[in-house]
Amino acid sequence: MKILVCISHVPDTTAKIAFVDNNKSYNKEGQQFIIGPNEELALTRAIDIKEAKGGNITALTVGSAEVEPTLRKALAMGADDAIRVNMDPKDAFNVSKQIAEVAKANQYDVILTGREAIDYNGGQVGEMIAEWLIYPSVSGVNDMDLEPGKAILKREIDGGYEKIECDFPLIITGQKGIAAEPKIPAMRGIMMARKKPLIVVEPVQSDNATEVLEHSLPASKASCKMVSADDMNELVRLLHEEAKVI
Amino acid sequence: MSVLVYTENWDGQFKKLSFELISYASEVAKSYNTNVVALSIGNVDEAELSKLSQYGADKVLNLSNAAYTEFNAEYYAKAISEAAKSEHAQVTIFANNITTRAIAPRVTIKLDAGMVSGCVAAPESIEPFVVSKKAFSGKAFARVKINKDNKVLSLNQNAFGIKENVKAANIVSFECALETSKAKVVEVSKNSGKMSVLDAEILVSGGRGLKKPENFKLLEEASDILGSVATVACTKPVADLEWRPHSEHVGQTGKVVAPNLYIAVGISGAIQHLAGITSSKVIVAINTDKDAPIFEASDYGVVGDALEVMPKLNEALKAFKANS
Ligand SMILES: Cc1cc2nc3c(=O)[nH]c(=O)nc-3n(C[C@H](O)[C@H](O)[C@H](O)COP(=O)(O)OP(=O)(O)OC[C@H]3O[C@@H](n4cnc5c(N)ncnc54)[C@H](O)[C@@H]3O)c2cc1C
Ligand SMILES: Cc1cc2nc3c(=O)[nH]c(=O)nc-3n(C[C@H](O)[C@H](O)[C@H](O)COP(=O)(O)OP(=O)(O)OC[C@H]3O[C@@H](n4cnc5c(N)ncnc54)[C@H](O)[C@@H]3O)c2cc1C
Repeated sequence: MKILVCISHVPDTTAKIAFVDNNKSYNKEGQQFIIGPNEELALTRAIDIKEAKGGNITALTVGSAEVEPTLRKALAMGADDAIRVNMDPKDAFNVSKQIAEVAKANQYDVILTGREAIDYNGGQVGEMIAEWLIYPSVSGVNDMDLEPGKAILKREIDGGYEKIECDFPLIITGQKGIAAEPKIPAMRGIMMARKKPLIVVEPVQSDNATEVLEHSLPASKASCKMVSADDMNELVRLLHEEAKVI
Repeated sequence: MSVLVYTENWDGQFKKLSFELISYASEVAKSYNTNVVALSIGNVDEAELSKLSQYGADKVLNLSNAAYTEFNAEYYAKAISEAAKSEHAQVTIFANNITTRAIAPRVTIKLDAGMVSGCVAAPESIEPFVVSKKAFSGKAFARVKINKDNKVLSLNQNAFGIKENVKAANIVSFECALETSKAKVVEVSKNSGKMSVLDAEILVSGGRGLKKPENFKLLEEASDILGSVATVACTKPVADLEWRPHSEHVGQTGKVVAPNLYIAVGISGAIQHLAGITSSKVIVAINTDKDAPIFEASDYGVVGDALEVMPKLNEALKAFKANS
């Protein structure tokens, strides 16, 4: 089983967000970068399956040299090798095109991405790769098993779930539930990661379909109106007469 | 030229979201001085389809081929992009939800388009085409320019609102040849009747401060009193502890909700939880700790023990409902 896991290099979920360069760019100064939490769970599940049934896992990030520690972490968790496409990722159309080109050259059985990256929340890259490659795809997967030649998946739908089977090759976008908790690299894994191959490839010619012009922060809430715990009639009155939500 | 909207149905019915999308598309179409075409896929009757014209659809394409009754990302993406081509759609609009997330990016590639997901307003200009979206899980907004001729947008629920704009219904049947897909749905399980946290107008949400699963009865009671528009939600640890089902988990790694009213009971207000609720119109926090971060994100706050406050709130809600 040849598995590719696409990893976004994103600011930590607790990061305070600030912008520089006339609000055009995100301020990376002093930020901790992590493996996107959705694909971290997908990678965890892939490693468990590989350890039980065999196979090879490649971790891939489209990014400049600064993303390498994130890829090393994926290797420390248990991926076998890594690929970095040497390009500043600014747009899902372009990023997905780059990943599809790598996939064409290497013929993976399963390509995993997260449900969405937590920086630009596009939710686009996985399904776009599927369309470039004309592969089937199953998105928002909360439960995954891989058997030789086929994937058995569950995804949540409105008010329930559906179980889907699909032959290789395919794209899976994963989210919470696909693994319970992300794998924490052990010391041995961290040592081994240094020796695992991390290949850098140059991007193919493609264009950015979109471009961020400017960022802004949401207006902060007016102060919170406190109501006494003994006066719930007052709270109900406020919700009805002032906020008009009940 | 046109603006195309994919209006999803749920067991043959449209939701408020579908009408919001048509309203949004009407606004976009106005800038282009063109028409709104809605595409419906699946079994929807004429009366339901004609509702779309009350919010500005000039034409409704109806794809009711039996093969399309079951959702499949590849089939749906093909049909929608065929419709976009035949209608010469400059802009194709989707809701930003789990179903359309599987199709809109495929449509984008098929149309060689640029896509912005999670739009929060109508485009500020169409030449250049610039629209605002949420980014960093609700912690920021980004103004994004699309550099391609064809545009695909997905709209966040409740970001635009519903605007009536009555047009004459013009329902046309639409056909699209099927390819075969390797992804096969082998089993579907639905606990029907229960409202999804994404659709509820009121969410009564509980955190670890409720101490044990039995205490969620207090939240269920509040939700029952508030009626069919309300349901219960929870934080991640509550779902992880299996006090509540995962489908109710709200936040960065769960569902991103936008109700009119979000009542946070025994929830600390961690940044990953807030990421899922900041689009709520009004937030109420009930917490023993007056310094809990949830109060900073809230409009109304009550400092107190949920196990004492909730019974009182439920009484007050009951009295209010009895009088209204
Ligand atoms: C410092 C910095 C600045 C950035 N500025 C911008 C910007 O201005 N505009 C912008 O759109 N993007 C920017 N990005 C890139 C962003 O992180 C994404 O790589 C990319 O834009 C796709 O975003 P999305 O929200 O559409 O991803 P989604 O479609 O939500 O991603 C879904 C999944 O695809 C995979 N994936 C996403 N990105 C990558 C990647 N680069 N490599 C490998 N797999 C990936 C992951 O598995 C992810 O879970 C920036 C990144 C960095 C590090
Ligand atoms: C990558 C990542 C992703 C995450 N994603 C999510 C997510 O999607 N959603 C999410 O919710 N969390 C998420 N988390 C977890 C998040 O960081 C918090 O741990 C979590 O939200 C806390 O849940 P809580 O408020 O229920 O519990 P706690 O933080 O334990 O808060 C309990 C609160 O209850 C109050 N309390 C105690 N007793 C009472 C009482 N009797 N009456 C009233 N109040 C009382 C306490 O004062 C406290 O404020 C994520 C974390 C990470 C690292």
